[in-house]
Amino acid sequence: MATTSHVHAHAAPQGFIRKYIFSLDHKVIGIQYFFLALTAVFVGMFLSLLMRVHMIWPTAVLPLVGEIKPETYLSLLTMHGTIMVFFVLTTAPQGGFGNYFLPIQIGAPDMAFPVLNMLSFWTTFVGFVVIIAAFFVTGGAPLHGWTGYAPLSALTNSGPGEQLGADLWITSIAIFCLASLMGALNFITTTLDLRAKGMTLMRMPLTVWSWFITAILGLLAFGVLLSAGILLLLDRNLGTSFYVPLVVVNGQVMGHKGGSPLLWQHLFWFFGHPEVYIAILPGMGVASQLLSTFSRKPIFGYKAMVYAMMSIGFLGFMVWGHHMFMSGMSPYSAFAFSLMTMCIGVPSAIKTFNWLGTIYKGRVRFHTPMLFAIGFVSLFVSGGLSGPFLAQPVLDIPLHDTAFVVAHFHLIMGVAAIFGIFAATYYWVPKMFGRMMNETWGKVHFFITLIGTYCIFMPMHYLGLAAQPRRYSQFTELAYLQHLLPLNRFITYMAMVTIAGQFIFLVNLFWSIFRGPKASDNPWEATTLEWTTATPPPHDNFGGHTPVVNNGPYEYSVPGAPRDYIMQNDPGMGTAAH
Amino acid sequence: MGLALLAIIWLITFVSTYFFIAQTWWLPAGMSAAAPAIDRQFTNTFVSMGIVFVLAQCALGYVVWKYRDRGQASEKVDYSHGNLKLELVWTTLTAVLFIGLNLMGSTIWAAERFAPAESGAVPVEVTGMQFAWYFRYPGLDGKFGATNPKLIDPSSGNEAAIGLDTNDPASKDDVVTGTMYLPVNRQVDLTLRAIDVIHSFFVPSMRFKQDAVPGLAIHMHFTPTQVGDYEIACAELCGLGHYKMHGMLKVVSQEDFDKWLATREAEKQ
Ligand code: HEM
Ligand SMILES: [Cu+2]
Ligand SMILES: [Cu+2]
Repeated sequence: MATTSHVHAHAAPQGFIRKYIFSLDHKVIGIQYFFLALTAVFVGMFLSLLMRVHMIWPTAVLPLVGEIKPETYLSLLTMHGTIMVFFVLTTAPQGGFGNYFLPIQIGAPDMAFPVLNMLSFWTTFVGFVVIIAAFFVTGGAPLHGWTGYAPLSALTNSGPGEQLGADLWITSIAIFCLASLMGALNFITTTLDLRAKGMTLMRMPLTVWSWFITAILGLLAFGVLLSAGILLLLDRNLGTSFYVPLVVVNGQVMGHKGGSPLLWQHLFWFFGHPEVYIAILPGMGVASQLLSTFSRKPIFGYKAMVYAMMSIGFLGFMVWGHHMFMSGMSPYSAFAFSLMTMCIGVPSAIKTFNWLGTIYKGRVRFHTPMLFAIGFVSLFVSGGLSGPFLAQPVLDIPLHDTAFVVAHFHLIMGVAAIFGIFAATYYWVPKMFGRMMNETWGKVHFFITLIGTYCIFMPMHYLGLAAQPRRYSQFTELAYLQHLLPLNRFITYMAMVTIAGQFIFLVNLFWSIFRGPKASDNPWEATTLEWTTATPPPHDNFGGHTPVVNNGPYEYSVPGAPRDYIMQNDPGMGTAAH
Repeated sequence: MGLALLAIIWLITFVSTYFFIAQTWWLPAGMSAAAPAIDRQFTNTFVSMGIVFVLAQCALGYVVWKYRDRGQASEKVDYSHGNLKLELVWTTLTAVLFIGLNLMGSTIWAAERFAPAESGAVPVEVTGMQFAWYFRYPGLDGKFGATNPKLIDPSSGNEAAIGLDTNDPASKDDVVTGTMYLPVNRQVDLTLRAIDVIHSFFVPSMRFKQDAVPGLAIHMHFTPTQVGDYEIACAELCGLGHYKMHGMLKVVSQEDFDKWLATREAEKQ
């Protein structure tokens, strides 16, 4: 349980390298993760721009990039998906903000294992370098998509990019898995062991709950992906046949026998479904935190929120088969997976209801972080409601592997999670860098991004209904797709506008970090422990003492209190003697 | 700011809902026996999710505007940590809605996928390879002849492409084509195979999709109900030519089908 006698594990470092490069300080490591993810998201976004351009102008020759061939398109697709899922959505919310704020929010001086923490960042960094390297080897990046279905991914002659590029892709993912396992252990131990006095589990901010549950999911999921990836490497390089039966590629009989392509899918999705929750849970935590703070009202149903996240995490391990209704898996198991998937919709609906309940009868302040939290709720609803379509095997017959799926996962996992990251950035940059971000440009950025992403991804539902398959590099071959061209053009134009809008954010971020107005210790009048310490926090977070927690995390507008918020370390509410 | 948010959230909601209801871009007309039931389930899901979508988005837009901070003029904030009764009601309602939809859908799924093809269905073997579909009919003996991976030669097309073993007497009358012919209103008994990587046999108008997986022979059935030409696509990423791996399904009358098959048999002699 909580401990007060903890002695800070390491002294403040001296010298640039120990302070900023190989730092043991969770705050510096959090910032490193954040900038890694920022780099990755701009790379991933650039790739999506090239994809959208190729889709509507398949023969265009682009400056710098040259001509995009169908196989190049698939390489872009694979790299876009992989970079976004691993190096953005798993890296920024958990490695970045989780690392920085989990210890502070529970009143700890650092993570439980600072060396492990440093190691997990640098391992992630190596993983990123390895995946980027795949672009530059002969054959280029792999074309098997982020899901890497075997045998396509297991054979070196199934297409360009399936030689060294594919090996690098798997290696990078394996490295990433190792890093995430280290990170997960650290998060779990820290949450369980380093809470300050009075920080009971049910007084933890929902952000802490979300990072904690995400870490447990990571611990259980990444190990499976790591093993699956190693088997895939063996199939590719040592001639084993885990995933490959007897196949004939281009008239050539390959030396494999008896493997099962479905085995890869089971292993991949056993990881893959929890992974989507790894991406979105921290966003849910941030949204809850911000909606309460900026509505000046306690979170609606704190306990229900905690139990909902727990059941989402638990059920999340039992629904992977919903990605495989059309795979040749037994139709009877589709039955069970479908039912479990519908069940997981229930806690998700509870969360939405409670977010609305939090705003209801509150007093909403429209600062930029709040706008992104509201946007998060809207996107979560829009993306979530296409889930019950895809959860039904009969509706998967028309919808599986069409643009409808692309719309669904982008809205809920891609854009909603990104909104969570933006909300967190606007909210916490003042604490991390001691300066406020520009509100006007923040709001411009918000509206461009909200409208832009809806314009990109909402129409993809219509494309999917009209049976436009996903992962098609162009739509020139099928007659029934021709009437969809105007809609596809519209999406590409909107993608251009939205992507351009992200530079507003980039400039605002860097300008504010260096030039923004100085931030006070608690600019949002929030209650959790990070706002009780200096800005930016000192090396041991609380300047030599450990805070004592007396209150829950969401005590806003308490009747009779002198201010409209009571901080977690203020004297207990029962004995309020101000 | 509250008003701007309300306006934009509502606008997004109504515009997207409009295009769904107007069906500006929609499922291609269903031309198989299973299509009406699948489409009905789709409509039921669509109506219930659509109502939740509009209600939730409108509520979101409304509360952020209604409860915006208006300084002194603001109403008092309701200091409340939630309402257990409301939450239980809400949870039960969603559970009933989601699980009810699921059970309705599952009966259709069971009807489609649990039972084997009826006797008298037309047997057709579908083989996917980078980047073409081939269709095999067993001929008069009703039996598919043997195939041999060593004989596979994609560049020669048809029989050679799927590696038909001509030494097997049962394969003598097998017909292999690149265009699929089916008689109308008769069930087809499909056997799906792939020889290199996974492909997915997708015929939107038939409301039919099923992966073809190397190493597996997957049995499926459907019944076309309208004469016409329908495009076949590949719905599983299979390599650089995935986007152009397409084929054609020609649904014809029983006489035309018999005539076509007889001609193909004659060509083989
Ligand atoms: C500017 C915003 C974005 C645009 C314009 C965009 C566009 C696209 C496009 C065109 C595809 C290919 C669809 C296909 O060919 O089937 C795609 C796939 C994908 N995107 Fe995005 N995307 C964006 C942001 C994101 C984000 C934030 C994520 C984070 C999760 C993401 C994750 C993925 C994944 C996982 C795939 C699937 C890759 C695959 O099929 O292997 N995207 N995106
Ligand atoms: Cu899933
Ligand atoms: Cu394909």
